[in-house]
Amino acid sequence: MTELKVYNFMGIRKYAVIFSAILLTVSAWSLYSQGLVLGLDFSGGTQIEVGYDSPADVSKLREKLESAGFKNPVVVHFGSETDVLIRLQGEPDQKLAEQMVEVLKTDGQEIDLRRVDFVGPQIGEELREDGGLGMLAALAVVMLYVAVRFQLKFSVGAVLALAHDVIITLGIFSLARLEFDLTVLAAILAVVGYSLNDTIVVSDRIRENFRKIRKASSIEVINESLSQTLWRTINTSATTMLVLLSLFFMGGELIHNFAIALMIGVGIGTYSSIYVAATVMLALNVDREDLLETVEGELVDDLP
Amino acid sequence: MLNKFPLWKNLMILLVITFGFVYAAPNFYPADAAVQLSGQSGAMVIDESVLAKVESALNEGGIEYFGSESDGESALVRIADKKLQLRAKEVIQAEMGGDYIVALNLAPTTPQWLSNLGGTPMKLGLDLSGGVHFLLEVDLDSAVTVRLEGDLEDIKASLREERVRYRSFELRGRQIIGQFRDVEQVEKANTIIRTNYRDMQPLNAPGQNPLSIVLNLSEVATSLLEDNAIKQNLTSLRNRVNELGVSEPLVSRQGKNRIVVELPGVQDTAEAKRIIGKTANLEFRLESDGRGGERFDFRNPAGQGPDAMLEKKAVISGENVTDARASFDENGRPQVSITLDSKGGWQMGHATRDNIGRRLGVLFIEYKTKLEKSIDETGEVVITPVPFVEKHIISLATVQSQLGKQFRITGLDGQRESSELALLLRAGALAAPMYIVEERTIGPSLGADNIEMGVKSVTVGMAMVLLFMVVIYRAFGLAANVALTMNLLLLVAFMSLLGATLTLPGIAGIVLTVGMAVDANVLIFSRIREERKAGATVQSAISAGYDRAFVSILDANITTLIVALILFLIGSGPVQGFAVTLSIGILTSMFTSIVMTRGLVNLVVGGRKIDKLWI
Repeated sequence: MTELKVYNFMGIRKYAVIFSAILLTVSAWSLYSQGLVLGLDFSGGTQIEVGYDSPADVSKLREKLESAGFKNPVVVHFGSETDVLIRLQGEPDQKLAEQMVEVLKTDGQEIDLRRVDFVGPQIGEELREDGGLGMLAALAVVMLYVAVRFQLKFSVGAVLALAHDVIITLGIFSLARLEFDLTVLAAILAVVGYSLNDTIVVSDRIRENFRKIRKASSIEVINESLSQTLWRTINTSATTMLVLLSLFFMGGELIHNFAIALMIGVGIGTYSSIYVAATVMLALNVDREDLLETVEGELVDDLP
Repeated sequence: MLNKFPLWKNLMILLVITFGFVYAAPNFYPADAAVQLSGQSGAMVIDESVLAKVESALNEGGIEYFGSESDGESALVRIADKKLQLRAKEVIQAEMGGDYIVALNLAPTTPQWLSNLGGTPMKLGLDLSGGVHFLLEVDLDSAVTVRLEGDLEDIKASLREERVRYRSFELRGRQIIGQFRDVEQVEKANTIIRTNYRDMQPLNAPGQNPLSIVLNLSEVATSLLEDNAIKQNLTSLRNRVNELGVSEPLVSRQGKNRIVVELPGVQDTAEAKRIIGKTANLEFRLESDGRGGERFDFRNPAGQGPDAMLEKKAVISGENVTDARASFDENGRPQVSITLDSKGGWQMGHATRDNIGRRLGVLFIEYKTKLEKSIDETGEVVITPVPFVEKHIISLATVQSQLGKQFRITGLDGQRESSELALLLRAGALAAPMYIVEERTIGPSLGADNIEMGVKSVTVGMAMVLLFMVVIYRAFGLAANVALTMNLLLLVAFMSLLGATLTLPGIAGIVLTVGMAVDANVLIFSRIREERKAGATVQSAISAGYDRAFVSILDANITTLIVALILFLIGSGPVQGFAVTLSIGILTSMFTSIVMTRGLVNLVVGGRKIDKLWI
């Protein structure tokens, strides 16, 4: 009988706490002080439609606008090959559109500005609220489910791990000034699902071991559980990462930030399923008693 | 016997696999680029002769086509070279002229036997297919104001009829305020309003001037009015979108006062916007009898002169118009037949009974938006969309007899005028004005790029995962890989069958499912390894591995499912697409990674004496 190597994960939990605390503080500070770079979906923005006399080359136009200082213009054919649609982020601004037309005219081509459109800022605001609300609702229901299925201390651990992952992922987006659009919101929500999956699997093993191993401290039980699930955690993260890498390199511009958000999330989620949830549980003094069926309580009620 | 599936379980797995193949199959037949032709009005017949004209236009333009068909209402021509689709549209439009609507389309090539089984390809979201997305906001305040203005005139009329004298009666914001000279008149007025205008709620604030009446529209009436306004707008929007001839348009309510319109495949937003954004209303008003009124210009001044005076109060408005059609009378002269709802019919009858011989005007009201520059506190120039209203007379005709639910407008110049008027009447049948608050267009090139890159990244990601699993778990990895592939197939099959829309976030959901579906197998296999290390025999290790891992898998998947459900309930469009894909993926992956791999493992090693496991 070969024994599984048990790593002393919880032995260095003080460092993990410090590490998480630093990440969370920096994230929170960045989110508070400079916020997120919001994409067109959330910020609202301008788009213009221009018509050319002859078919236009969109990639050339894109380069031209970029070299003229317009940030991330989206340039696509529009309806026919001679029409081009250009979208810019930011407040709707008639002047911006005029400037763009000036730049496009520099090579002597005749063009006409057909239209200036906008994505209403109020739409973005509502979207932000919905996203935030969804996240909070998801956290609340998950907390309830885990509390019923496991125990309140597990539930607190899982939800804190979840919040930890989401805040840090958002924080990195804020720090790196990466654009936050709808696909990134979807990625963050996926991170919620993924991180939860990870934490539940680990919690499940901890619960099982608490019931199985009688004579061991909570720290020992948790260490053993984490060691047992370590390979599973690593392998699952590895497969997910492989898929995300393929998305990152081949999914195209539109899905770039989605892949980045998920990679950060999966990385942080892997770490948090080992350290955050378990550390929180230990801090709440989780032990065997928490998971025993509550037969004693009923007996007490019967006393006169 | 240990690790043997009963026959029914194996059969069930086979059945599910067959199901997956059949319903995923339609997606593997690529759709043809096509151009669709339909008439501006529903009355136009699109038959073989029209089709022949289209075909000859394409021949002249040197554009190859095939599989052209017509069903009387519309015609569809498949274009051989996808790149020529736009040109084909232009050629056909130039040949057929403005009476026809020519739209880009994708024609499915699903074989007949698959269609008969209910198999359809997955719908593509706008980000993949290209198209137009509009978000419209219905101006409910304006609907309430219009209603209150009408009520105010009615109340004034009733009071005059009952000889109740008032100093003034007017609308201030959303309140009707009446001033009286003595308390007796106030009481009389109150009684009349209470019995005849039950929707009006008198406000009795302490300290209120006893010689005044303050009326609010009751909450019940307000919400009913708002609800009807949205419904009416939805209906007329759907009618208008149908005029565009789009293959699968979506018009649905979002939240309290918004309407989403999605037109996949439509590239010409200007055209779409012209029809959708034709936010308009109608009012039928009698011509002024000289005592006050409002002066309006004619929309088409060539006809009856530059302007005319109409009464201030509308007889009915656009919301009472249920239909308007251009047709011909007994003598072959163009006319427009109008159908009203019962309330509108009653009001029209009441108003025209004593006014035969007077002229009835139709006022067309357009709500437009212009961008206006202003400077905010920080000194920056802000451009804000400012709504404004344009009112024009589109028809002024003599009332020949008392009008009812159905009546005709005659004396029109020609068929062009009658169809134009009918179109405007239908377009104006809106209960409340709408404004476009968001407009998005995804070009066909971008959509195609997105699909290509999405498919490529899923394929490569899958391949790497498959390789990884074989390297780590060897023979068992192979079983997991079969399950993973089947999972993808089932996911596609279910999404096609449920009519779910595939969007870019949806593809992301699929990718995530691939990653997480493996997790269940990783859990199981890790457990089996552990059991082996702990000294269990091959057969009992497999059995225990599956059993023990099951609880973890279930808990993990249920919690993720909860998150997906909440996302679906709270999120809109793209987030919902993600949630749907994720939920279906969780369910199918549970089946494939637990039941299907077990079936495979049982088939290979179940019930045999084996000392070594390739895991």
